[in-house]
Amino acid sequence: MTAPSAPAPALRYRASMPVRELLPIAIFLGFALFPLAAAFGAETYLLDLFMRVMIFAIAALGLDLLVGYGALVSFGHAAFIGIGAYAVGILAAHGIADMSISLPVALIAATLFAYLTGAICLRTSGVYFIMITLAFGQMAYFFASSLAPYGGDDGLTLHARSTLFGLSPFKHERLFYYIVLACLIGCYCLCRALVVSRFGRVFRGIRENATRMATLGFEIRRYQLAAYAISGALGGLAGFLLANATDFVSPAYMSWQRSGELIIMIILGGLGTLHGAIIGALAYMLLGEWLSGLTENWHMIFGPLLVLIVLLARGGLLGLAAQLRSRIRG
Amino acid sequence: MAEAVLRLESLHKSFGGLTVTSNVTFEVAAGELHAVIGPNGAGKTTLINQISGLIAPDSGRIFFAGRDVTDLSAPARAALGLARSFQITSILPGFSAIENVALAVQARTGSSFRFFGRASGEEALNMPALAALDEVGLAARANVLAGHLSHGEKRALELAIALAMEPKLLLLDEPMAGAGREESQHLIAALSRLKGRFPILLVEHDMTAVFALADRISVLIYGQILTCGTPEAVRADPQVIAAYLGEEME
Repeated sequence: MTAPSAPAPALRYRASMPVRELLPIAIFLGFALFPLAAAFGAETYLLDLFMRVMIFAIAALGLDLLVGYGALVSFGHAAFIGIGAYAVGILAAHGIADMSISLPVALIAATLFAYLTGAICLRTSGVYFIMITLAFGQMAYFFASSLAPYGGDDGLTLHARSTLFGLSPFKHERLFYYIVLACLIGCYCLCRALVVSRFGRVFRGIRENATRMATLGFEIRRYQLAAYAISGALGGLAGFLLANATDFVSPAYMSWQRSGELIIMIILGGLGTLHGAIIGALAYMLLGEWLSGLTENWHMIFGPLLVLIVLLARGGLLGLAAQLRSRIRG
Repeated sequence: MAEAVLRLESLHKSFGGLTVTSNVTFEVAAGELHAVIGPNGAGKTTLINQISGLIAPDSGRIFFAGRDVTDLSAPARAALGLARSFQITSILPGFSAIENVALAVQARTGSSFRFFGRASGEEALNMPALAALDEVGLAARANVLAGHLSHGEKRALELAIALAMEPKLLLLDEPMAGAGREESQHLIAALSRLKGRFPILLVEHDMTAVFALADRISVLIYGQILTCGTPEAVRADPQVIAAYLGEEME
């Protein structure tokens, strides 16, 4: 028997490795250094904006796990963010502001919602899966709108950010910013580990050929459900952070437009790469922020621009970068 | 005869008005290579799909390894040791050849609910996978993406995947389908090495392969078993010649 030596193709992989490894490091370094640059501008505004970028990047990471690695297009992902946010808001309304309680509650609630709805959604596939996840997302949205004791349609204001055993780490903007960054890096590393693990290999295999995986002995729905629940947990974490970052919780967090935005983010960045989800969140939110500063009818520019990018750059911004690289070289 | 590994009891399946499996009863004995032949549309693949659990029969029972598996799912049957290959190559094109096989090893060894640790670096999965690839002559192509393999190599990979499951029964659905003459010779050689190690149910169109390999042959026509016997007996059966072999052999 020959040793598992690596012939030509494996060598080619290695040649492109540095870019794949350097890019995420550069992104995180950029986020880490940003507050220094922001100090020279409108610091509060900029920190707040980038914090929201990172929060949505966490949710987008979870979605990319499903869409990019499992071809499960979830169109109700905003619900998980909303549930995480409402966990914070509702607990705070009852005087429970400590994150030793609210964070686990947010995570468990979002995971449980994902698990229960996923068990139903995953009985379908393709377009039906998209529609049923959308339906559950809208259900969560209307449920939140009808929560009269917690503001109903208007949402509810968070009077104080979550505390940790009496300390208030979220009170200091910069500290909060770095906590969010740490969460993002943690989630990113978690997802990276996940997709190459035994579990991740099975999950990716199901996207490639579900029948084959079933005849190998894998109960495919169990793996998809587990991934769906993990993805929901990431959404829950994003919601927990978002409620604290905006001091506000609203049904609008769960609207289908928000779910659509998350999908656009991951497509914009490049599916199935994980750091593409972060780049997508960054590009989408900065572009939106910049255009809305230019004109009131910024959606008129934003929409066609997104269509153009998706049409011209297959594989999103990462795909575009790869195309440019190969054109420069060749 | 040794105890049967697989036993079908009056299996019946129809799609709308079309009966594709009609009162099929037969056995695969331990250690035997049992071939099923029949013209196109005889219901061979439908039969394999019912055995592997991808479609449910309308009536009848399927016994595998001493238990009734009729109501078990495909993954549950695979876990009991039922491995299959597909007529239309069914592999994971975006995975390397060795990863395709390592997944089969992973399926039978330990839990796949492990969220940490790089699976492609696990020697406990890679070594048996490489051994299975070696057995079908693909060891040198282990790191090539399965989608980039030649057609014949894909057929061989499919066989390696089934082998790596260390099955109690191999269901092979036209393993030579679409392979060139030389590739077929390769596959026949690989199959004859496997013969005896695993009981095999072989559905095949290639008559040279069937008569060279099979211990027993069942002839399936319009969903019914016309006859079952040794290659010599089947070859001499006037019914079979009239219905099938005649046109095929000329």
